[in-house]
Amino acid sequence: MNAATRADSVVIDPLLAFRHVTLQLAGRQILQDINLEMGRSEFICVVGPSGCGKTTLLRLLAGLVLPDAGEVIYKGKVVTQPASDIALIFQDYSKALLPWRTAAGNVSLALEALRVPKAERPARVARLLEKVGLEQHAGKYPAQLSGGMQQRLQIARCLAQDPSVLLMDEPFGALDAMTRQVLQDEVLDIAKAGRTSVFFVTHDLEEAIYLGDRVIALRPNPGRVAQVFDVHLPRPRNQLTTREDPEFMRLRRLLFDFIQDTHA
Amino acid sequence: MKWKGFVVPLGLLIIAQVCAQIFGISSDSLASPLQILKAAWVLLADGSLLKMTGQTLLSAMAGLFIGGGAGLGCAIVLGVNQNLSRLFRYPIEALRPIPSIAILPIFLMVYGFGYRLEIAIVAFACFWPNLIIGQAAISGIEPCMLEVSRVLGLKFVGRITKIIIPAALPRLFLAFRLAAAIALIVAVTVEIAMNPQGLGFELMFAQNSLRPEVMFAILLYIGIIGWGLNALLLLAQRRLFGATGSAEAAR
Repeated sequence: MNAATRADSVVIDPLLAFRHVTLQLAGRQILQDINLEMGRSEFICVVGPSGCGKTTLLRLLAGLVLPDAGEVIYKGKVVTQPASDIALIFQDYSKALLPWRTAAGNVSLALEALRVPKAERPARVARLLEKVGLEQHAGKYPAQLSGGMQQRLQIARCLAQDPSVLLMDEPFGALDAMTRQVLQDEVLDIAKAGRTSVFFVTHDLEEAIYLGDRVIALRPNPGRVAQVFDVHLPRPRNQLTTREDPEFMRLRRLLFDFIQDTHA
Repeated sequence: MKWKGFVVPLGLLIIAQVCAQIFGISSDSLASPLQILKAAWVLLADGSLLKMTGQTLLSAMAGLFIGGGAGLGCAIVLGVNQNLSRLFRYPIEALRPIPSIAILPIFLMVYGFGYRLEIAIVAFACFWPNLIIGQAAISGIEPCMLEVSRVLGLKFVGRITKIIIPAALPRLFLAFRLAAAIALIVAVTVEIAMNPQGLGFELMFAQNSLRPEVMFAILLYIGIIGWGLNALLLLAQRRLFGATGSAEAAR
């Protein structure tokens, strides 16, 4: 078997790690004994049926919730609160952007939180907006931007944190297929350029294989790691050739069967 | 066809005037529209209207800003701190339903007659709607937005000034507008009941001195002031937040 499939995965010198993480919310077991490690500039995708705790994993990494047992470790320290260099991209961009601030103002918010001096902000905002192709729309309000542009804006705001880790919660779920493919490639470029680690939660199995170095499949009730698939596809990935690669199709088959099983 | 709305009120006024001309009114409680207009002109011309309006509006506005401001401040504190909110839930529920005019005897003992009495009662009345609506406004803020502020690492003050207040602002302003109407009502009520100043007092004074035309003239002015105040705040609301009262239009 070419792609190793194993329950736990070990990385040398991990950037992020879950160690025996267990979490209950409102008396319900959400996650049970999660063990995962994530290397520097690694791209991890998480898939699984709804209610398997994908988003909760991400919120643990973000420091928005704390585990009941076990620990989440980032750069050798236990995560107890949000870290300034871990950025989170929310699923629902329309709720995550401030409607009363312009595109530039929304990006500036991250710099204000980081206490960047006022004089430096405009230049940095302009650079970040240019990075996501929104330089023409700096003065527009989120409501005046399309869904894809709003999600780009959220990405720009996260990049303002100069993150080591980018957490993405089904970021392209609400976008049309074309926009989604363009943004997938942009995220790959951004991650590569900044040597950023990405923890990407998605419903879309093909998206997971296309983007990831590893795909982690969760099983629900309670949420736990079922399988880890290593993706040995050449980079840079290409929307056409990568998706036609036999290895891509083999992985797609494996993941698809796996998801079928968990639903059965 | 905007003029159609004026047909009924103007018609009634004309009928009242015609009846007064034909049958003559010699009443202690009624006056013809023309007599009322004449009295209104006299009040305006001799400056007494300006004085009494000033007294009433000063009390109403001072009470509105003190009580309303305190209400909004408390709403933000309680909205941010769940424990504090639970702790004060029953005291608020107990004090809120007290009709503001019922505390007049207490405040009269404390302050005596004058501005301070009236301002204190107006402030009491304006405190509650601002507190209650303000709290609701803050608990209605999109939780995702608060998480954004946490993930970005905004500190407490930044979170309040950059996220919570702007997000709740349209509804906070609505609370303020409702409180402004209450402020005028309570100020006039205090004057009618007790306090020897302002429009309410002059209204009662005219009635007691059997001058119905002056009484109705003052009533007319009170109506105009109330309408004007609301129109002004409504205009401000539209300019600030757009017709729908949403924050998106605030630019």
